[in-house]
Amino acid sequence: MIEVSNLTIRKWIDFLFQIVGLLILFLALVTLLSLILDLSTKGLHRIDWAFMTHFPSRFPERAGILSAWVGSLLVILLTSFFVIPLGIAAGIYLEEYAPKNFFSTFIELNIVNLAGIPSITFGLMALGFFVYTLNFGQSILTAGLTLSLLVLPIIIVTTREAIRTIPQTIREAAFGLGASRWQVIQHHVLPYSSGGILTGVIIALSRAIGETAPLITIGALTFIAFLPPNPLGTDQNFYDWIFSPFTVLPIQMFNWVSRPQSEFHVNAAATGLILLLLTLVLNAVAIFIRFRFRRRIKW
Amino acid sequence: MVEILKKEILRSDVRNLSFSYGDKKVLKNINLPIADNKVTALIGPSGCGKTTLLRCFNRMHDLYKSTHYEGEIILFPEGINIISAKLDPIEVRMKIGMVFQKPNPFPKSIFENVSYGLKVRGIRKSSFIKDKSEKALKQAGLWEEVKDRLHQPATSLSGGQQQRLCIARALATDPEILLLDEPTSALDPISTAHIEKLIVDLKSTVTIVIVTHNLHQAARVSDSTAFMYLGEMVEFGTTNQIFTNPQQKRTENYITGRFG
Repeated sequence: MIEVSNLTIRKWIDFLFQIVGLLILFLALVTLLSLILDLSTKGLHRIDWAFMTHFPSRFPERAGILSAWVGSLLVILLTSFFVIPLGIAAGIYLEEYAPKNFFSTFIELNIVNLAGIPSITFGLMALGFFVYTLNFGQSILTAGLTLSLLVLPIIIVTTREAIRTIPQTIREAAFGLGASRWQVIQHHVLPYSSGGILTGVIIALSRAIGETAPLITIGALTFIAFLPPNPLGTDQNFYDWIFSPFTVLPIQMFNWVSRPQSEFHVNAAATGLILLLLTLVLNAVAIFIRFRFRRRIKW
Repeated sequence: MVEILKKEILRSDVRNLSFSYGDKKVLKNINLPIADNKVTALIGPSGCGKTTLLRCFNRMHDLYKSTHYEGEIILFPEGINIISAKLDPIEVRMKIGMVFQKPNPFPKSIFENVSYGLKVRGIRKSSFIKDKSEKALKQAGLWEEVKDRLHQPATSLSGGQQQRLCIARALATDPEILLLDEPTSALDPISTAHIEKLIVDLKSTVTIVIVTHNLHQAARVSDSTAFMYLGEMVEFGTTNQIFTNPQQKRTENYITGRFG
């Protein structure tokens, strides 16, 4: 037998790594908790029915975030509408259909690059293309499209990663029974990778809902005292709301933080809490859907 | 060598088949008759091309790029060439079922697994699907074990049961040929014995081609045996003749365990 002298050291290194890992985790959690605690102590008392149902005002105690949270919800709704099908479809195409050649490698490389571009650059592009060239204006539509482009790479990349985890033997089993490529995707690839894909969707939408820079660039207003037209109203078209000017929670928050009066800072903290809550609710919905999807799949 | 099978009805006939991955030729000029309602075993050392040959029968290679077939595999009684580029591989796979080395049930219920081939074909009539599934599970000797838990996940079954489920899944669509790619290599001896018995029982209803690493298994279950080496068909004959009176030196060396 070979003489072993380093077992104690190896065990120590194991132990050390656990401690370091635990400390880092703790640090991350404490940061998040202190952030929430800080926002809560400053802003929680400000949140009430009036705060949610009032428009912004130059009097801090009368100001509310109605237009901001409605704006955020509508922008996220449009973003989801564009980016979820587009991102998943692109991921499926690249993983299941695209031939591996120079062209597809070039596309893949650029998708990864796209994920690394500063968000304000997307804002500038959107200002030139969506606002002026396509004449969509400084609207919810422009915002939705801009944020879609911004988070598209996240969904594409996570979709591909999720699809890659499905064993090839499962695909061969389905093909062997005479399934077409689309049947394999529809019956197997998509259901089995839905968990991973939805995780990507959560990350992407959470990122989109907190974005400020590109929306300011395309001209989201910081002071909006009206709601987009009601799609069910009688005197307008169903889709009029997508061309309406808007503001979103982070912009409202940014606007209030930059005011000199400290009362507005309280409003900003309260808005931050609502934004956090909205993100958590969106995540919870996605996690619930993921749970429903996974329930019927047992590896 | 075809004389041996002269009295048999052919289900398929491999004629001058060559197959290559890119520039690498892995099957060289293979000829092999497949008798109807018999078990044909493909034996040979690792890398001899037996699995590659098996996967030609259901065009599995078409899923991967730079693969190339030459020659013919005729399927009787239709008389069509399975590997013809004009023939859609999906049509081939609907006629020819396959069971793989490792059990690969879908992570769905037992029933969804066994009925999947019918679903793919657009069959909706639930009474028909139920009958077919039950019949296939009975054929695969699994019905008694799963009839009360058809809606439980297939992955809750043992390895041997999973493999029989995969056999049932392939049988549910009445294939003309059943391809078995080392179906017991991942199983324990008891499950293996169960599946070997099944193979012998099944040949009254379906033609079987089995790849196996296990010479004894080939001797136990097959009617005729083909010995392959380095991508070539060295010898083909009745199983009895190959194992008791091989004509080729290489076959004899392999059978007697001098290599492989």
